Amino acid sequence: MKTTRFQQRDLVWGALVVMLAALPLIPGVIGNSFRAHVMIMVLLYASMAQSWNIVSGYAGQTSFGHSVFFGIGAYGAGMAVVTYGLTPWPGFLAGALLAAVVAVLISWPCFRLSGHYFAIATFAIVEIFNRLFMVWDWVGGALGLDYPILPDGWVNFVWSQTKVGFYYGALALFVLIFGIVRWIETHRLGYYLRAVREGQETAESLGVNSTAVKLSAMAFSAFLAALCGGFFVQYNYRVDPPMVMSLEMSMKFVLITILGGLGNFWGPLLGAMILIPLQEYTRAYLTVLGSGVDLVIFGLIIVLMMVKQPRGIMGIVTDFRARRRRAGALPDAGA
Amino acid sequence: MALLEVDNLTMTFGSLVANRDVSFQVEAGTIVGLIGPNGAGKTTIFNCLAGMYKPTAGRIVFDGRDITRLPAWKVSRLGMARTFQVVRPLKEMTVLENILVGAYLRQADSDRAMEIALRCLKTCFLEGDKDRPAGDLTIGNKKRLEVARALATGPKLLLLDEAVAGLTSTEVRQMVGLIRGLRDEGITILMVEHIMEAIMPIADKIVVLDGGIKIAEDRPAAVVANETVIKAYFGEKFSQRLKTMKQAGAS
Repeated sequence: MKTTRFQQRDLVWGALVVMLAALPLIPGVIGNSFRAHVMIMVLLYASMAQSWNIVSGYAGQTSFGHSVFFGIGAYGAGMAVVTYGLTPWPGFLAGALLAAVVAVLISWPCFRLSGHYFAIATFAIVEIFNRLFMVWDWVGGALGLDYPILPDGWVNFVWSQTKVGFYYGALALFVLIFGIVRWIETHRLGYYLRAVREGQETAESLGVNSTAVKLSAMAFSAFLAALCGGFFVQYNYRVDPPMVMSLEMSMKFVLITILGGLGNFWGPLLGAMILIPLQEYTRAYLTVLGSGVDLVIFGLIIVLMMVKQPRGIMGIVTDFRARRRRAGALPDAGA
Repeated sequence: MALLEVDNLTMTFGSLVANRDVSFQVEAGTIVGLIGPNGAGKTTIFNCLAGMYKPTAGRIVFDGRDITRLPAWKVSRLGMARTFQVVRPLKEMTVLENILVGAYLRQADSDRAMEIALRCLKTCFLEGDKDRPAGDLTIGNKKRLEVARALATGPKLLLLDEAVAGLTSTEVRQMVGLIRGLRDEGITILMVEHIMEAIMPIADKIVVLDGGIKIAEDRPAAVVANETVIKAYFGEKFSQRLKTMKQAGAS
């Protein structure tokens, strides 16, 4: 029974990826349009939220510090290109590895703090890194790093003529991160993450080394968030500290996942599918009302969600399914 | 050598002494009961054994290894599993997933861990609830889940903290049968229990605590006749009256 359920879900997943991969083949859908930009952003932010979901959703350790790891990844790629004149690829890897190491070093002392205190500590870390990168000349300081003009293609991971390249890049990132989380979910680490969230002492009584489990979740999570940061800097051709290492950026990791469904595989995608188009279209069309309109709507949706269904959109979906199953099961029970 | 040796264990919380110089042994393959009035320090001993508390003084040797200050997860890996008196289901995970967390301790492969989990699910009569969220179970089933989950870790010694408290009499009989079955499979059992019908028929030895101190250690039949034990449970007065009654009966 367990296996069939997994197969069904994986089938849905496979179909979705094939569909997304085929989209650019339809003329006029991707191209260089604003729609393409929105779709790339949805894939990117869904991936970011999913990477956050590992440590904060599945393992229940709320982190407001993910923009730091995202930023380290962004600077990894940025410095490889701007400072060292290389392709961004070694920068992606170095940034991601460094982010994982930094994440482990930061969380080691922070995991001694439980519950809200861990979350508060991660807040402080964003500020520290933001200030540090602002004054650090080696990484470009407050001016940041600006990309030179480079030939298009996968080697430099930049495309100036069409967005199809970036679209496939974002899709690859999306498949990688969602694939890894899917794997974790069905293996020992996934069960251990959830066990630690549901009851740390209970998990330990069952032989789970909760510190090691939380640290590995953090390392995975930071590594993947940093890859997203690398993509982000390539897409924007520049990076400076407020762009990446800010509380606002951290909050996007958090809010998208919470809206979609915390600790749920589909949650980050659903959240991104709603919040990102909202953000991009209000920015594009409603600027007459002022620059923060998207954030106002953002905030309203979150408040509404927290009041009505704290488990997010996936909570609504599971409730609906459970109700239907119960309605379907009743005649069976009678027979 | 005994599977578990507790040597002069003392546990204090500030000025409160929960256990003082408690020593006893649990032989492999036996069922040992740990009884005593409320506040006698039974659960504190369990927490010390299982690595959740660091004892103030004394020594715990399990399977030939000193485990006195090891963290809980290491103790569990060495083969000592526990259940909690106040049940602690991993609420948002299903019953099967709860047991699976335990099963993964000895088996990293998902399919084989699943086999272990399904076996423990069956042993503890939980098949009907396998896909329910553990938080939704009745208290009886939550108690069974505690046992199933601990069992899935493949323990040599199982610590049961009031595993039958709160169950109906039918459920108690079922659980007692289950515990006996586990012993027959070779799992040593140390159990804290208040319900005498549950523990007396199956225990090979009873250790009695009162006020944090061991007051008796004997076969069940001898323990119920022990004067200190009667005093601890029923008070000085009743113990005196019982003595007079016995003497009157004898003469």
